[in-house]
Amino acid sequence: MKDLIEIRWHGRGGQGAKTASLLLADAAFNTGKYIQGFPEYGPERMGAPITAYNRISNSPIYIHSNIYYPDYVAVVDDSLLESVDVTAGLKEDGAIIINTTKDSKYIKSHLNNYKGDIYTIDARKISTECLGKYFPNTPMLAAVVKVTGVMTDEEFINDMIGSFKHKFAKKPEVIDGNMKALQIALQSIKKL
Amino acid sequence: MKIRERLSGNEAAATAMRQINPDVVAAFPITPSTEIPQYFSSFVSNGKVDTEFVAVESEHSAMSACIGAEAAGARAMTATSANGMSLMWEMLYIASSLRLPIVMSLVNRAVSGPLNIHNDHSDAMGARDSGWIQIFSENNQEVYDNLLMAHRIAENKKVLLPVMICQDGFITSHAIENIEIEDDETVKKFVGEYHPEHYLLNDKEPIAIGPLDLQAYLFEHKRQQAQAMVEAKQVILDVAKDFEKLTGRKYGFIEEYKMEDAEIAVICMNSTAGTAKHTVNNLREKGIKAGVIKVRVFRPFPAETIANAIKNLKAVAILDKADGLNAVGGPLFTDVTSGMLINGVHVPAISYIYGIGGRDTTEEDITEVFTNLEEIVKTGKVDRPYRYLGVRGEK
Repeated sequence: MKDLIEIRWHGRGGQGAKTASLLLADAAFNTGKYIQGFPEYGPERMGAPITAYNRISNSPIYIHSNIYYPDYVAVVDDSLLESVDVTAGLKEDGAIIINTTKDSKYIKSHLNNYKGDIYTIDARKISTECLGKYFPNTPMLAAVVKVTGVMTDEEFINDMIGSFKHKFAKKPEVIDGNMKALQIALQSIKKL
Repeated sequence: MKIRERLSGNEAAATAMRQINPDVVAAFPITPSTEIPQYFSSFVSNGKVDTEFVAVESEHSAMSACIGAEAAGARAMTATSANGMSLMWEMLYIASSLRLPIVMSLVNRAVSGPLNIHNDHSDAMGARDSGWIQIFSENNQEVYDNLLMAHRIAENKKVLLPVMICQDGFITSHAIENIEIEDDETVKKFVGEYHPEHYLLNDKEPIAIGPLDLQAYLFEHKRQQAQAMVEAKQVILDVAKDFEKLTGRKYGFIEEYKMEDAEIAVICMNSTAGTAKHTVNNLREKGIKAGVIKVRVFRPFPAETIANAIKNLKAVAILDKADGLNAVGGPLFTDVTSGMLINGVHVPAISYIYGIGGRDTTEEDITEVFTNLEEIVKTGKVDRPYRYLGVRGEK
């Protein structure tokens, strides 16, 4: 891992992109890192495009601004490819991770000739199979951990058991499904 | 014992309030207030504190209830933001003039017109002459630390003034970051118990608080209040010294970052100080002798300390997240420059208004300020001292 990794999340209100960024911050914190996790607040409503950010570093983080030149971008909803410039400022030695089932031609034609690595994952399928509902943020979180390498798969899985137990204290029945979604997601990422 | 944690600025404030465990918290439970009363009310429901939590119907009532509680002899706290504090306006002055050491957590956000809920300092700057001590915080750690110190400052017999602890709305209030917190017992011992000298519920000394105070006396009372603000300076430093002994974290009126050999510097408050430090680190790698002065204590205003910190500079920029709307410059700028004059310091100075209504402030913005300062050093001329940063149209 580089000394400082900057990640930008694009999602739609209600899909949990903000929660995913906070869970990633949590998991990286638990492996001893310095972290920032913060959403960009706008008019909040279901379905509206939202942005969230992470900084993960081995040393204290001073800067307090949004991220304009991210190392990684995570796109939680592929319909945003039509309306948001998701690769804006994205470093070419970084990568973009998209929740999609669209073909490679479609994806490449919507990324402004981005030269870096492109990864896809079918978070809808994983989420519906494991949770019976569409919560794309859990598989996307695993995909981001895998691609960025901020921690090992094992560290991540061990940490998330604790996080889910805390987060879902009032509905423990969803913990197993979420853990299964993470594990399948770690194995299901495709590189274009 | 120190605890490594990760908390948002709002969570950090609520955690400090839980550990302080005040007698009364009165707050408006919805917007324009923040998540702080929400977190705190869950501590009350879960029995983590034995505070009397008063969910009032307006911010005016929140401050009124704090005033009533403090006058009765209780330790009271509140939390608010932006238009919430605007509605407290009348009561802010009454709290400070009655010398009631209330502590408020203020999440700095724009005072509306047109409607905006994002960060700037127009709420705090509007209250700068209200007789409240105002302390600003760069990040969640400073929010927490400043709140732990607040009661010790406010309740000191030489001071007896209310304190507001400020932080940037959303930028730090809603960002999760690393923080080091102290254990509950350590905080309890540091903050101490509150034993007011005079209070309404003391049946051995029947008193009235806040009665009619006309031509014969109000002036003397205001004079004493002004003296309290002067005395607060030494108390703030003394409490910071005790806090450093306990935690190892050092605080003064200002923080000087890479100022030893700096030729140009920016002066700013709250989270922008972090972005400015980050920028200075990168400029230093290019050989530019840049520095940052972060103003932590804005009221009482440390004019002499600031003048002393900038006296060897070749140019300085003062960054304000609230416009003075006075045809001169921002409130921090006018205070700093008058502080320079009365302390015999003359350094070319410019005012930048920035970050209004949540406009993001980037490393590029701060670099632009330093580039303009270099230009001033080169030409020796300040042609237009009242400027804007990051605005469309005329800067």
